[in-house]
Amino acid sequence: MKFSLKTLLAVMLTAAGLQAHAQISNGNVKIGVLNDMSGLYADISGPGSVVAAKMAVEDYLKASKSKLKVEIVSADHQNKPDIGSNIARQWYDTDKVDMIIDVPTSSVALAISQVSREKGKLHINTGAATADLTGKACSPNTIHWLYDTWMLANGTGKAVVQHGGASWFFLTADYAFGQALERDTEAVILKNGGKVLGKVRHPLATQDFSSFLLQAQASKAKVIGLANAGGDTTNSIKQAYEFGIVKGGQTLAGLLVFLTDIHSLGLEKAQGLYLTETFYWDLNDQTRAWSKRFAALNNGKYPSMDQAGVYAGIIHYLKAIDAANTDDGNKISQKMKDMPTDDVLFGKGSVRKDGRKLHPAYLFEVKKPSESKGPYDYYKLLATIPAEQAFRPLNAGDCPLVKN
Amino acid sequence: MEIFGIPSQALFGQLLIGLINGSFYALLSLGLAVIFGLLNIINFSHGAQYMMGAFAAYLSLQWFGLNYWAALVLAPVVVGAIGALIERTMLVRLYKLDHLYGLLLTFGLALIIQGLFRNAYGASGMPYAVPEVFMGAVDLGFMFLPKYRAWVILASMLICFATWFVIERTKLGSYLRAATENPSLVQAFGINVPRMITLTYAFGVGLAAIAGVMAAPIYQVSPMMGADIIIVVFAVVVIGGMGSIMGAILSGFGLGLIEGLTKVVYPEASNTVIFVIMVMVLLIKPAGLFGTEK
Repeated sequence: MKFSLKTLLAVMLTAAGLQAHAQISNGNVKIGVLNDMSGLYADISGPGSVVAAKMAVEDYLKASKSKLKVEIVSADHQNKPDIGSNIARQWYDTDKVDMIIDVPTSSVALAISQVSREKGKLHINTGAATADLTGKACSPNTIHWLYDTWMLANGTGKAVVQHGGASWFFLTADYAFGQALERDTEAVILKNGGKVLGKVRHPLATQDFSSFLLQAQASKAKVIGLANAGGDTTNSIKQAYEFGIVKGGQTLAGLLVFLTDIHSLGLEKAQGLYLTETFYWDLNDQTRAWSKRFAALNNGKYPSMDQAGVYAGIIHYLKAIDAANTDDGNKISQKMKDMPTDDVLFGKGSVRKDGRKLHPAYLFEVKKPSESKGPYDYYKLLATIPAEQAFRPLNAGDCPLVKN
Repeated sequence: MEIFGIPSQALFGQLLIGLINGSFYALLSLGLAVIFGLLNIINFSHGAQYMMGAFAAYLSLQWFGLNYWAALVLAPVVVGAIGALIERTMLVRLYKLDHLYGLLLTFGLALIIQGLFRNAYGASGMPYAVPEVFMGAVDLGFMFLPKYRAWVILASMLICFATWFVIERTKLGSYLRAATENPSLVQAFGINVPRMITLTYAFGVGLAAIAGVMAAPIYQVSPMMGADIIIVVFAVVVIGGMGSIMGAILSGFGLGLIEGLTKVVYPEASNTVIFVIMVMVLLIKPAGLFGTEK
């Protein structure tokens, strides 16, 4: 048998082509948006995160002229670690999902991080707060994009202590997130010369906080620190207002408050709250333009920082895939750490060895009703915390990846 | 003075708060007990109907500018009418079947209703202001009692007592009870039994809607507010004895108190304590504290 040079070349080229394609598993990149679609964190993440994910894919493919095929699937983890990890296993094993993004609720996030590591896939977390994701539970396959309990404690906690709030009482959501947030905030309070007079741990998704609030009131602490999130935070704030706690001279510190929470509380009750976020729609022209596009696709609701994080996380992920020409979880997470990040929402940044994404954080104060121009005009910027100060130093987190 | 290691002043405050939560448990379990006692339907959409009551208040304010008091009258009528429609078109087909069918149907309805509301209004909930008259609070010395919450306790006790009185002590109530015992005989006396049953269901649903309106200023008006509370309320009904009106009222208030105390003594257990009690009651007296074994 005789091969012509042409045939030989054609075969080689085809083989090379196959080789290049084989790097992207099944010929497409499949992203799973896993979050709370219906419960107390649904407005923070929920269907809005899916909208953000779709925008990211569309924008990236348009701007980069990339030939990637990207598919997005989504599911509801109901804030339960067992349900979340079951979905993750099914996605990775049978549905060929390459990466899971979002995952609010720290207990679920820790489980998904574990599963992603086992399966050699990638998890980009934008929804959960626990700093353990890049601390003692860090994983080479997890990137913690948005914020964490250490950052919140050092943003809001420190600001409140410095404004005279020296004695604290905690209302803490009784699971991984609340406990981590309470621990990190307590450390900041003690370091800045304050003290903690008491704490009460309430079950997740509590309706009535009056009993806990009375205990906080009786403690005579200057600040009631809300180490909870979503519906739990809005209910606490609303009921604290009702029981005259703020009028009685105690201040509330919402340690994790999202724009959507302020929207559902109304400024009358939320005014004067300090809070720390890494994204707000009204930061600059780019964030404003993006947020208006987002709102148009999301029933007029403006983006939470989590939804912005989903967008930016996917942009960086797809960039890394094109640069590395693979969607293998282990390789791509390394690539994402090697490449600097740059997107319209968070600006320039980087991903650290322990999986921590670095970008500035912003300390805001909630506006008075008279200062607001309308719906979603809620925050006054008090201070910008530069990226290197906003997050826990690399060597302080007990992350095994850093030690080696 | 200290009781259980808690200053007695703080304890009184907590008991009062327990009573407020108990008011909602009592109102909701009362509706369930009326419906189960007289229709033999386990109304799992009760939580959704409670939520619809709260939304009726919110929407009538948004759309027509109607205040709290108007909503308190209007919401039970509107939601009750929707209930009547459900009874006429769907539940009526299930009376001859096992309880399970009614439970499944109403459970499915609850999921659909909650899903529709969540789709339209999101999960975080809407704010609803406390009515002008009840703004502010009274300082009781041992605690700061918001006036609105005092109103909730008072109103729900009144409604509960009135309902009990109508069913157990009036002629209308005796017709109702007779109609469940032996519908054909009562029909033979010239009473329109199907219509009476429809109205009873609408009344039970209306009670849920009233509870919803009363809850709106305290909690956020949110699509899932009913799903959160309904499981507890079912436990309350089981503890009180399925179908027992007085049992539902007393165990509603009583369990509110116990839950309130748990929040002080051991907060972590506050959302399970009612179920622990339910298990104990079922083991000792399976028909519930006030129920009669059939």
